[in-house]
Amino acid sequence: MFRYVLKKLLLLLPTLFGITVCAFMFVRLLPGDPILAMAGEHGVTPERYEVLKEQFGYNLPIWQQYLKYIVSIAHGDFGISIATKRPVISEFTTLFPATLELSFAAMLFAVIVGVPVGILAAVKRGQWLDHTVMGVALVGYSMPIFWWGLLLIILFSGQLGWTPVSGRIDLQFFLRPITGFLLIDTLLMGKWDAFLSAARHLILPSIVLGTIPLAIIARQTRSAVLEVLEEDYVRTARAKGLTRLRVVWVHALRNALIPVVTTIGLQASTLMAGAILTETIFSWPGIGKWMVDSIFKRDYVTVQSGLLLVSVIVMVFNVLIDFVYAALNPRIRAT
Amino acid sequence: MTAAAQPETHLQKPPTRFGEFWNYYSESRGAVAGLIVFVLLVLMAICAPLLAPHLPDQQYRDAFLTPPIWAADGKSDFILGTDAVGRDILSRLIYGARFSLLMGAMVVVFAMAGGVVLGLLAGYFGGWVDSLIMRIMDIILAFPSLLLALVLVAILGPGLVNAMLAIALVYQPHFARLTRSAVLTEKNRDYVTAAKVIGAGHLRLMLATILPNCFGPLIVQATMSFSNAILDAAALGFLGLGAQPPTPEWGTMLASAREFILRAPWVVTIPGLAILVTVLAINLMGDGLRDALDPRLRKS
Repeated sequence: MFRYVLKKLLLLLPTLFGITVCAFMFVRLLPGDPILAMAGEHGVTPERYEVLKEQFGYNLPIWQQYLKYIVSIAHGDFGISIATKRPVISEFTTLFPATLELSFAAMLFAVIVGVPVGILAAVKRGQWLDHTVMGVALVGYSMPIFWWGLLLIILFSGQLGWTPVSGRIDLQFFLRPITGFLLIDTLLMGKWDAFLSAARHLILPSIVLGTIPLAIIARQTRSAVLEVLEEDYVRTARAKGLTRLRVVWVHALRNALIPVVTTIGLQASTLMAGAILTETIFSWPGIGKWMVDSIFKRDYVTVQSGLLLVSVIVMVFNVLIDFVYAALNPRIRAT
Repeated sequence: MTAAAQPETHLQKPPTRFGEFWNYYSESRGAVAGLIVFVLLVLMAICAPLLAPHLPDQQYRDAFLTPPIWAADGKSDFILGTDAVGRDILSRLIYGARFSLLMGAMVVVFAMAGGVVLGLLAGYFGGWVDSLIMRIMDIILAFPSLLLALVLVAILGPGLVNAMLAIALVYQPHFARLTRSAVLTEKNRDYVTAAKVIGAGHLRLMLATILPNCFGPLIVQATMSFSNAILDAAALGFLGLGAQPPTPEWGTMLASAREFILRAPWVVTIPGLAILVTVLAINLMGDGLRDALDPRLRKS
């Protein structure tokens, strides 16, 4: 196991290097002069231009610029946002919990619905229930989630008035963040009405963001359970006279869920891509909306660092999932 | 006499490769339905000028936000209603099929062409060529797809063609990985050794001997990428970074309809439904193709 972990971590290094190069190159690949691009329509005076050039280090050779970049991010300096004049890293740490909370809620929804439904479809294989579940899963998988979000807003916020249209919490609540997770913070402070408000705001975005993972998890669970049900030990268990329910829940599921756990873990990237759209639709103050807004504001320092931070987090998460998988399944470690 | 004998000999002939494939493919009703819908969509896109009742950009200033025909105050002129500047939604939808399908198809062509070449080189030559190519692919895959596409569009500038190129670049590693692994399994088979002994050169071995035997998984991946590309292109359009208004691209239509969602739900509902139906049809085809092309799945 130790060798496996070490090998995986070593393989990570070239990717990490590549990500920093991509993020570094991003500002330099922008059409035209990066300083003029950042200055926007107002432009800069020639004197100010020289000062900025000096400040960003654009007068140095490219490899020195890269080294300087690496040294500064190693010190936790991700630059100052052009739009807000605040350090990018502090904006990131304020907004990231919002995305994390949304992603957790979405995955919770996807797993709680997806796994049982997948098991049910496998057990009822070939029957109408199976066909219905798989049909709905395919629709979910094909869903343009930005449209799905708008539909849910029309129905639940517009027609029924059950859920708020946008945001994370009603404006009347002003909370000093403790963990950054509103559901936890409000509970820690014992503010029930704020907790309920946050929960109501969370429902629709989590459903929207969880839809595609839900479909993937349901499909994956079904095929994993079907595969396990064909195994000899399942037949043995049945032959011993155990009930169908016991065979599925106790014997089959334990092995079937290994690939499902991996599938769940691999959704990090999907969630991040989905968060961009979900957060935009619901004005959710998270990383996805922040990135889109920064692109439109031409805040390229933020885009550059956001790209780097998000990708590194997704990458680290994926490696952790690999380790969990290896711990669960000894056959992987051998290869 | 000959006419009577012909059907008999026809029956004894082994099924053609396509015939065999079609037998497996048509077993799934969903796959056939997907194919029919897809063909209809393609026909609709090609014949758009014949089918559309109005021009996609024509504004009817006396008919802003007209509801669809089944609503109480709908007009028979505008079957699916009009948008905020009085354009016929049905006509825009019909013309929009051209953009969505074309973007999807071009993304697949670009991504597949690039990915197959890189995957072939990596798998065939191995060694440092393999390491270099696959590490670069790993880097591209490390970024969440839509985020990378978004940033690439920010570099290239918003627009239909740039969105297409960005998505193609993001999808390419999937094809490269698939091709590489297929090449690795095929490369040491006897028929490849035989071709090598006869004296086939690198190029011939790669393109004529090995590549045709890797197509099965690639076709399935191409179908899946096609539907994902349509989704991502629409998402970029929705975010304002893909096709620009007044292009009747479905995602762009949705974006400009956003502010009216509570007042005029149909301007939002209808373009999204078009995206969903198209993507669903292609995914149904993809599932059918996978089952038909993968011999291991045939028995089940």
